[in-house]
Amino acid sequence: MAWTRKVLRVNLTEGTCMPEPLNMDWAMQYLGQRGLATKYLMEEMDPNVDPLSPENKMIMATGPLTGTNASTGGRYSVITKGPLTGAIACSNSGGFIGAEIKMAGWDMIIFEGKSPKPVYLFLENDKPTLVDASFIWGQSVWEADKKLRQKHQDPLIRIATIGRSAEQGCLFAGVINDLHRAAGRSGVGTVMASKNLKAVVVRGTKGVANIKDPKEFMAATRKGKQVLHDNAVTGAGLPQYGTQVLMNVINEIGAMPTRNWREVQFEGASKISGEAMHEPRASDNKPNLVTNAACFGCTIACGRISTIDKDHYTIVNKPEYWGASGGLEYEAAWALGSDTGVDDLDALTYANFLCNEDGMDPISFGATVAAAMDLYEEGVITKEHTGGLELKFGSAEALTTLAELTAKGEGFGKDIGLGSRRLCEKYGRPELSMTVKGQEFPAYDARGIQGIGLAYATSNRGACHLRGYTIASEVMGIPHKTDPLETEGKPELVKAFQDATAVVDSAGICVFTTFAWTLDDIQPQIEAACEGDWSMEKLVTMGERIWNLEREFNLKAGLSKKDDTLPPRLLNEPAKTGPAQGKTNELAVMLPEYYKLRGWNPEGVPTDETRQRLGLA
Amino acid sequence: MQKSLHIDPMKCTGCLQCEMACSYENEGVFNPSKSRIKVFNFEHEGRFVPYTCTQCAEAWCLHACPVEAIQLNKGTGAKEIKNSLCVGCKVCTIACPFGTVNYSQETGKVIKCDLCGGNPQCAEACPTGAITYVDANWTGLDKMRAWAAKTANAEHTA
Repeated sequence: MAWTRKVLRVNLTEGTCMPEPLNMDWAMQYLGQRGLATKYLMEEMDPNVDPLSPENKMIMATGPLTGTNASTGGRYSVITKGPLTGAIACSNSGGFIGAEIKMAGWDMIIFEGKSPKPVYLFLENDKPTLVDASFIWGQSVWEADKKLRQKHQDPLIRIATIGRSAEQGCLFAGVINDLHRAAGRSGVGTVMASKNLKAVVVRGTKGVANIKDPKEFMAATRKGKQVLHDNAVTGAGLPQYGTQVLMNVINEIGAMPTRNWREVQFEGASKISGEAMHEPRASDNKPNLVTNAACFGCTIACGRISTIDKDHYTIVNKPEYWGASGGLEYEAAWALGSDTGVDDLDALTYANFLCNEDGMDPISFGATVAAAMDLYEEGVITKEHTGGLELKFGSAEALTTLAELTAKGEGFGKDIGLGSRRLCEKYGRPELSMTVKGQEFPAYDARGIQGIGLAYATSNRGACHLRGYTIASEVMGIPHKTDPLETEGKPELVKAFQDATAVVDSAGICVFTTFAWTLDDIQPQIEAACEGDWSMEKLVTMGERIWNLEREFNLKAGLSKKDDTLPPRLLNEPAKTGPAQGKTNELAVMLPEYYKLRGWNPEGVPTDETRQRLGLA
Repeated sequence: MQKSLHIDPMKCTGCLQCEMACSYENEGVFNPSKSRIKVFNFEHEGRFVPYTCTQCAEAWCLHACPVEAIQLNKGTGAKEIKNSLCVGCKVCTIACPFGTVNYSQETGKVIKCDLCGGNPQCAEACPTGAITYVDANWTGLDKMRAWAAKTANAEHTA
């Protein structure tokens, strides 16, 4: 079974917590987590609602493999309508709270309405309680975590909470669990804040049982772990360098967006790379990286635990930042670093700490600072707007000061909290916003890697690398190498990655497994764990069904073909250097073909036949 | 030859596969809260440390038990709880200097590591080799090897 078959419905307006059975008909069609929660959202809510109104719902969802010993089986997602994008939001996080929710006996928690005053949910197995949160409202994630632990006097609780940025309306605030793991993107934390829900505190001691075929399951998970262990990326590269293993690689191939995507190679890349995190610092001879770390059940352990140089200007006389905490992953290092032109590793690590401390998505934060720097260099915004701050590309001080301000919603940090699209619109230069559907791009330039451009344009949650990571194929040759500069075959590639990823997410495991695993490795684990038939064919169709359901949500929310596009900078301004020099992204070549492959009409709407085929009619 | 669990915290990533393997072997459920081995996360130092019973030769728990419910398994050297005898008095949990014997509210008995009868599942499950099951007389062998590798003649092979 693997599901607990129980859903907790928390009505914050009424202050009620009601258990209900999981809809198993839907589970058989959507598996769990991302897919299943999207189905719930679609059935229960009008996609047209204002994302920050009580009518929006927020679901914390686990998958059937969450809380099992399947490698990386600790994932959960926050599914809601995103305030940054106005589209479906599904932000996935590791750490330990996902497994804890499952251990407490729940597949999902559905939050609806809005509490009249700040509360948090304390969930001890079957016993949910809404508790007054006035003592932690207005506090950072880290402070709230500390105070909740003091209050509950239980070192084994797991905590997910929002920081001050969310409370202040920052539109890219995430939900942080276990101090530095984030359901980061699309502003899901802002939704949580809008409901006056500060935190979810869980203690689960029931464990996860009810595996359909335990013997088969143990054999399948063991085999899966061996594959991860033997693979060069998941067995060596990721544990040693984390996702930062990519920094120098992507820079080499000329796909490292730099200074708000003006350029495609960053001269400071090696200084902020995974390799640099291993280098001893001059001041104390210690490297930035203390150790790698795993999320629940993960046998890869790509997580970074870092320290900042105590003599660095950012933390002099601030002992609260002298300890180790969640360090830079590739996306954060890129957004905070290359995209802003800052090559000071300690400054980036500090900004990353602040993103965790107050629950900001470091991708969107860094990218919005980059957009602000672009506006500043263009003379559109001045020191009058920024409160005297000189927002030049490459300024570490500007970056770290804005991190402090945005975390608390103060000064020009309020403008940064709007996100790149609204910031650039506010100052009359919307074309400088490097976003799709209002969400800031991740760290791969779509001029040097064509397929990822199509993946960005069509991603259901706005620009994203995790909906269809064609980098695997286009750069790393997984599962087979395709030419990053070519468009041919990319629509098929994007569709295949998108559908497969929807399956991986919905199972409750981590997409990073797919550097080594294909669905052939994952299917036996799902099949052995879950009641019902989970053949390869069924899973592939399910992935497609989930993708189309998300698309239907967005169409009903008012998005359309016009939103499946890229900023003019990627379509019209050629890459200046590197292997992609002279190239733009050829989205117009790929998009019609993609629609056709998806079974959508030329307007990007699923045809009746497609809806019938996928059971969405 | 008896074997011992050997723990090298430097290799631990905090993934909790050992806790899941332990609870699955002993309780039939993936449940860290029922694990006999616990991984501690010293958050601000970036250190993970698995900790469990070391199977003391003169075991405090065994000597303290008033009903002889803790007995030596001569094959493995493990001090094992006999559930049929345990009365849940918890004296062993007080006697153990290391905290590795704990009371279970659900069963009214105590639980501790029994080396899974000589095939400890935590060591089987550990993906990084932080937990191994080695010759009880040579738990220091890896450390000795590491230091030996640093001796003055090391450059000869360079």
